[in-house]
Amino acid sequence: MQADVKSDAPGAVATGLTLAELPFGFEAVLDRLDLPEDVARRLMELGFVPGHAVAAAHSAPGGDPRVFRVDGSEIALRRETAARIHVRTSPRP
Amino acid sequence: MSDQGCCSPATTIAPEPRPPGKLARAHSIAIVGPPNSGKSTLFNQLTGLRQKVGNYPGVTVEQRVGKMRLAHNKEIDLIDLPGVYSLEPRSEDEQVTRDVLLGEMKDVPRPDGVILILDSTNLGRHLLLAAPVLSLGLPTLVVLNMADSLRERGGQVDTTALARQLGTPVALVSAAKSEGLEPVMEFLTGQFGVPAPVELPVINDIPKCREWATHIGSRAAYRAPSPPLWTRRLDKLFLHPVAGPVIFAMVVIAVFQVIFTGAVPLMDGVEWMVNRSGEWVAGVLPESPVRDLLVEGVWGGVGAVIVFLPQILLLFLFIGILEDSGYMARAALIADRTMSKAGLQGKSFIPLLSAYACAVSAIMATRTIENRRDRIATILIAPFMTCSARLPVYTLIIAAFIPERPLLGHFLGTRTAAMMGLYLLGFLAAVATARVLKSSVLKTERTPFLLEMPPYRRPTLRSLALRLYDRAKIFVRRAGTVILATAIILWLLAHLPLVDGGAPPIEGSVAGTIGRAVEPVIEPLGFNWKIGIGLITSLAAREVIVGTLGTIYGIESGDETSVGLQQALHKDITIGGAVALLVFFAFAMQCMSTVAIVRRETGGWKWPLLQFAYMGTLAYTGAFLANLIVTAIVS
Repeated sequence: MQADVKSDAPGAVATGLTLAELPFGFEAVLDRLDLPEDVARRLMELGFVPGHAVAAAHSAPGGDPRVFRVDGSEIALRRETAARIHVRTSPRP
Repeated sequence: MSDQGCCSPATTIAPEPRPPGKLARAHSIAIVGPPNSGKSTLFNQLTGLRQKVGNYPGVTVEQRVGKMRLAHNKEIDLIDLPGVYSLEPRSEDEQVTRDVLLGEMKDVPRPDGVILILDSTNLGRHLLLAAPVLSLGLPTLVVLNMADSLRERGGQVDTTALARQLGTPVALVSAAKSEGLEPVMEFLTGQFGVPAPVELPVINDIPKCREWATHIGSRAAYRAPSPPLWTRRLDKLFLHPVAGPVIFAMVVIAVFQVIFTGAVPLMDGVEWMVNRSGEWVAGVLPESPVRDLLVEGVWGGVGAVIVFLPQILLLFLFIGILEDSGYMARAALIADRTMSKAGLQGKSFIPLLSAYACAVSAIMATRTIENRRDRIATILIAPFMTCSARLPVYTLIIAAFIPERPLLGHFLGTRTAAMMGLYLLGFLAAVATARVLKSSVLKTERTPFLLEMPPYRRPTLRSLALRLYDRAKIFVRRAGTVILATAIILWLLAHLPLVDGGAPPIEGSVAGTIGRAVEPVIEPLGFNWKIGIGLITSLAAREVIVGTLGTIYGIESGDETSVGLQQALHKDITIGGAVALLVFFAFAMQCMSTVAIVRRETGGWKWPLLQFAYMGTLAYTGAFLANLIVTAIVS
């Protein structure tokens, strides 16, 4: 299981991008879900599986929550959740 | 759109011919699938009007069972299970799905077979659920739904190969269009056995399961369809930073305007029928107390309420269209910021939305909230949302006291604006209460908001019709039981004790005495003793007050029509009292069913009593202030 349960170490990970920072229309590859186990599990069931591509789509008026395209569906997440999903930039073909 | 781009849509191939298995005398088949896979559409297609909605024993998750008659006089029960992403439950309704499938649900026999329904346009992810379901070892038919979308968007799948990979038959259907359902019927008549053993991944390891799903998909020549273009175009508009909220507001206004003004001709029609039939009854029966009871009590009381049936059905028609089309998820997205400011998580939004229909079903829907404190907070605020039972009360009083004038041309009139103001008032009370609760007794860490945005779809007539039919049934049943009973009891109380062998003047009757006893308490709100009787009877259910007032004023004047009722009200209470009455109904918890369900859901009397007292206090104070302010302004 790739989900890290790390609620006690805020700001420990500085490298890389989180989904919250992924600009509109850009695509990235999911790296790590820095969320409690059960939440990470549900996110993976919804398609947020490490190694899979994710793209930032629309956001609600005001910018939060945002909709992400992942594994054939569109899922809305609040910023606080998106900020704990780490991604790396996708190798473009 | 080409049929050649896709394999033939209706093939089902049993992996290997095997002798008819246990299914030969199947009694019940469960339909299971992820949310948004079209589970209920298939269920509705197969069972139509022959469905029964109840509860699972011990829990309040809705249990939908439908009967299907098959060839050779065979009958089968179809069970529509709550949607799940996996068989690892995280909420009560997911637990129900798991327990029923494993045969661990008390008093519900283990189903004899399973229809696993998946969205064919999103097969990669949806196949995740196939692993745990197939490992149950029950005879299973995998139904790939949305065949029409798959075809139109250039996707394809080889059902024969997929069936071989999964070890169980596969059918490609479009439930909404009744396309390719023959294999489903064949399965139900019991042509298939248990799944052939195939290698399944370790169910706990989601990345592994997902790999397995991709592998199976590629073996079945699955080509994912191109993205739903129309959905993206519409989202550009509906989620536009400026246009989005404007459209949202316009949709809400339009819904209210149509419910309020568009329903009038239909309501007039029902009223005409009520009046004609009442006159007919009065004409054929000889003059007697029984005739008076029927005309004043039953026709006056029940008739006054039944008139609102078209309006309530229109409301549900709109809710149905918004839900089935996929717009509701966007509305939830737009509203999420407000919800989060109230300290509520996104999941509370759906139950709160359904509270606009009925708090009872909304409180049942809170079972999807995993966190108990969040759940109780949602339960406590749900009755503030303007449920459909308030609609008749609001309509009656607004029509009696507020003249119709255009505010925004024909698009928005004063009465609609008043109605929307009341909906807003209830919503604000809910949000404020949630804020207080969430920052004090029910404080929790915030739980994440995950909401799937389904592609937009055209709602099917069949599913809309079924919703309306369900609602009409519930409404008429209530009119025929609770409202009828209170109407008769009230009529009797209004005619007793007999004075000189005849009915007393209504002020002197038992009902009048009770009303006058409470009058001092409600006088500061601008209410008189007749409203007092209405407030007491409406403790059973809010709309009962309309029937009660219909009966009381009907006895007084001998005219039981709702126009007569409006005029009588207008003469009898001040505008201050009328506004106070609206505010009272916006806040008070006058619904025995809600009290009962809150007790059951929270496991004791503590929360429902607290809620009743809190809402009652708020209603009294709010109505008092409303009367004071309005009276001051008018004079």
